Amino acid sequence: MTTTTLAGATVEVDSEGFLADAQQWNEQMAAEIARDNGIEQLSDRQWQVINFMRKTYLETGSAPSIRSLGKTSGVPIRELYQLFPKGPAKLAAKIGGIPKPRGCI
Amino acid sequence: MSDTIEKVSIIISKGSLEGIYPGLIMANGARMEGIEANLFFTFFGLDAINKAKHEHVKVATVGNPGLHLATWAGGVPGMSALVTHQLAGEMEKLDIPPIPEFVEMIADSGAGLYACKASVDLFKLSSDDFIPQVQEIITVGEFYGLAGGGQIIFT
Repeated sequence: MTTTTLAGATVEVDSEGFLADAQQWNEQMAAEIARDNGIEQLSDRQWQVINFMRKTYLETGSAPSIRSLGKTSGVPIRELYQLFPKGPAKLAAKIGGIPKPRGCI
Repeated sequence: MSDTIEKVSIIISKGSLEGIYPGLIMANGARMEGIEANLFFTFFGLDAINKAKHEHVKVATVGNPGLHLATWAGGVPGMSALVTHQLAGEMEKLDIPPIPEFVEMIADSGAGLYACKASVDLFKLSSDDFIPQVQEIITVGEFYGLAGGGQIIFT
């Protein structure tokens, strides 16, 4: 774990830049992480995915699979990959301040 | 050469459940990491994209030492269906989709799906036999052309 500064606050992140503590996250941090990962301005659809990932993680303790993201987030799989070309679950988790999803599916 | 994988081409050559899933999981996992992926179905692996067969793919219970089942027991009528049913239940708990849904999901993720021309000819099939997500029936040479610049994984 290393510490970094996001949106003016000092936070702990892992080696890939995922927040260590989901409670430290806020929307300004999300915008900054998104910019660092090539997304200049988060769209409403991207927010929908990020919020869904975060809500699922906070409620269940783990991030949703791509399959359940596609089925229950309201954003179909095809669009998920258009919104986050470098991996929807991974990037949405990072921007949403939750740990990297560990599932294989 | 870069130390990260940017592209994979995965060949699925077997028609049993345990022969098809690993390649699908590798392809889906590649797309989840933002890695470009192509899937090439050959020989009995074509069953995974065959409209009439992809819902009926089963675990091989004969000649499969990994099951630790006596050979005679593996041959009992209905054994293959039973083991497949049990495994499907366990997979559903882990959120692993059935083959038809999984293949569609992988296609939606932007991976390319291709059928092997030699096998299609051998089994007297045509593009009408396949699910619509299959982009093309291609030769081995064309496959190598598509696989350029990436890794090839044979399953």
